Amino acid sequence: MTDAGWIILTGVLAATSCALLGTFLVLRKMSLLGDALSHAVLPGIAIAFFLSDSRAILPMFIGAAAFGLLTTLLVEAFHRRWAVPEDASIGIVFTALFALGVVLISVYAGQVDLDQECVLYGEIAYTPFDTLLWDNQEYGPRPVWILSGVLIFNLLFVGLLYKELTLASFDPGLSLSVGVSATLIHYLLMGAVSITTVASFESVGAILVVAMLIVPGASAYLWSDRLPRILGLAVIFGAVSAVVGYYLAGLWNSSIAGAIVVVLGVIFGVSVLVAPRQGLLAKLLQRGRLSIQVAQDHILLGMVRQVETGADQTWRLRDALGLASVHPWMARQAMRLLRRKGLVALEADATVDLTADGRRQGLQLLRGHRLWETYLNQLGLPQDHVHGPADAVEHYLDQSLRQEIGGLVADVGLDPQGKRIPDDSQNH
Amino acid sequence: MTDASRPDGAPQDVEGASRSAGASTGDSINQAADPSTDSPSIQLLPDLDPASIPIRIHDMTIAYHRKPVLWDVDLDVPEGQLVGIVGPNGAGKSTMILAIMNLVPKASGWVRIYGKPYEEMRRIVGYVPQRESVDWDFPISALEVVTMGRFGHVGWIRRPSKQDKQLAHEALEKVGMGEYAHRQISQLSGGQQQRVFLARALAQDAKVYLMDEPFAGVDAATERAIIDILMELRAQGKTILVVHHDLQTVTRYFDWLIMLNMRVVASGPTEEVFNDTTLNKTYGGRLTVLSQAAQAVQDYERGRG
Repeated sequence: MTDAGWIILTGVLAATSCALLGTFLVLRKMSLLGDALSHAVLPGIAIAFFLSDSRAILPMFIGAAAFGLLTTLLVEAFHRRWAVPEDASIGIVFTALFALGVVLISVYAGQVDLDQECVLYGEIAYTPFDTLLWDNQEYGPRPVWILSGVLIFNLLFVGLLYKELTLASFDPGLSLSVGVSATLIHYLLMGAVSITTVASFESVGAILVVAMLIVPGASAYLWSDRLPRILGLAVIFGAVSAVVGYYLAGLWNSSIAGAIVVVLGVIFGVSVLVAPRQGLLAKLLQRGRLSIQVAQDHILLGMVRQVETGADQTWRLRDALGLASVHPWMARQAMRLLRRKGLVALEADATVDLTADGRRQGLQLLRGHRLWETYLNQLGLPQDHVHGPADAVEHYLDQSLRQEIGGLVADVGLDPQGKRIPDDSQNH
Repeated sequence: MTDASRPDGAPQDVEGASRSAGASTGDSINQAADPSTDSPSIQLLPDLDPASIPIRIHDMTIAYHRKPVLWDVDLDVPEGQLVGIVGPNGAGKSTMILAIMNLVPKASGWVRIYGKPYEEMRRIVGYVPQRESVDWDFPISALEVVTMGRFGHVGWIRRPSKQDKQLAHEALEKVGMGEYAHRQISQLSGGQQQRVFLARALAQDAKVYLMDEPFAGVDAATERAIIDILMELRAQGKTILVVHHDLQTVTRYFDWLIMLNMRVVASGPTEEVFNDTTLNKTYGGRLTVLSQAAQAVQDYERGRG
């Protein structure tokens, strides 16, 4: 495989391993703890390094997992036992341990082949040169082997314990009561996160690995409300960011890890904008649809009020559009929908008229409006206070709510202004 | 300001009244008001075989951070009854439910489910936590939540079977939520969410149910639906413990009542134990002595720590 291939593969493996576990951190609202772990494991790595006097991965995993669990334990202890607020206790524990790691490494920097730069920023570009030698044979880059192992481990972890992870994350109470210790699951997850971050260190560093943990899951969460789909999307986001990041780094002549995380940031930004469930665009569209619905109601109401006065029922199109009192484009959309629903008919001479259905629906709207006014009035609101609220709420009063309010207000046929409240019956 | 204007005034009035009554008519009332002796309004079932008592609590004290929240609880819950637990905020109602499942450490005492420790009887106990205790934005469907009720039967690592899912579906149908099975839970109303929780308990297929405020914040229709199901469970011989807040419905809903305020004030058939005297003792101030003592314990510990 080419060097580029190895580097991309390393990035993809790191990003997907992180995304898989990170999604659960996001769901459990423990992103900050993931951040903390990725830093607090540093002394564990340093100690493992000194003791084993090598960069053998197993001692490092053990050291990292130990310090990961120690972090979790200390955070809990400070929070529960000594009433330190949880975020403060996370902040204290991880910075203290991280500092310890930095000191350890710098003190022994002369003797060992481990430097702060490497741990903090990583260097994925060196991956191809770090080959695994065994029996004088080269077996490809070491990080690829390690990260593949971690990815398989994480896949097994999430795959086998999916049921327990979801139960303990969603409802720790029930989880405990049926014998699935939410605490045990918590520590298992934190152990796995510690190992994953250590494996990713060499490539992306302690700082950027946080982004790989949190951003894919947080972005995927905006796109779906099904956990399996969120997990799948998070993994895809991770992989895509690694590939695109690599080529962008080439284009910009920049750090690869940095470019990967920039891509992740862009993915998140795009998700915030266009995600179907909670995206900004979706919310704008929804608001637009609502405005057009309100405009339709206003046109119907305006026309039906005219009918009530007994005046000429035919409207010039322009006047009818004016009833909506919104932007002309919106008013035209509203009119188009009214016509399509057969509530309004457009004549050849550019006049519009209510159909029988349109009149019926308009009267029901009017009934809702006036019932609400009456209801508020009987609650003690003065007459001049009731029109505004009724105008706002009339669009949401369906048949059953109208019926309920009809039952609540004392039996009157007139609203506070003395206008007749249309009957509930369909015709008028 | 309210605190300052009546320093323990109201509580002592209640106690003072019963004291003087006790002095004039004999000492029975006086005894009932004394927390150190076994009050006759706590009915135990000493003659029954322990293996036939769904829940027996013996001399249990629970403390959080060394601050006692439940003192010296002795309790028997008879089989096949709908049992209410009432008491003011902070009376230890939820704590008692957690303690029955061994989820909070006990300072002393023990709990037996049909004569055995909870760990051996897990599968016959169903639990409904408070609705607010979970994150309803969690990305799962109503059916998935109900299927969680089967996890205790499924065991570690194994997947829920077709039959488990079938049972979950039936439970959802039973609470009238069948058509919402695949709805994401954040899209459900409060009442619907509570029904989902109830369905999950049904899916647990337990003999003893522990429910923490299943009626809190639900609409009238849901409340009726829930009570109907609880009564049906009772008709099947199941025992149901319900933490409850609405005193008006107590006599209609529950056969047996546990009145709690940091200790068991009364426990027995609802019509026997639910009266002004016990209500006063539960909601009146006399028991604030207990909370003052608890506070003193905590202050002492804090001062030393």
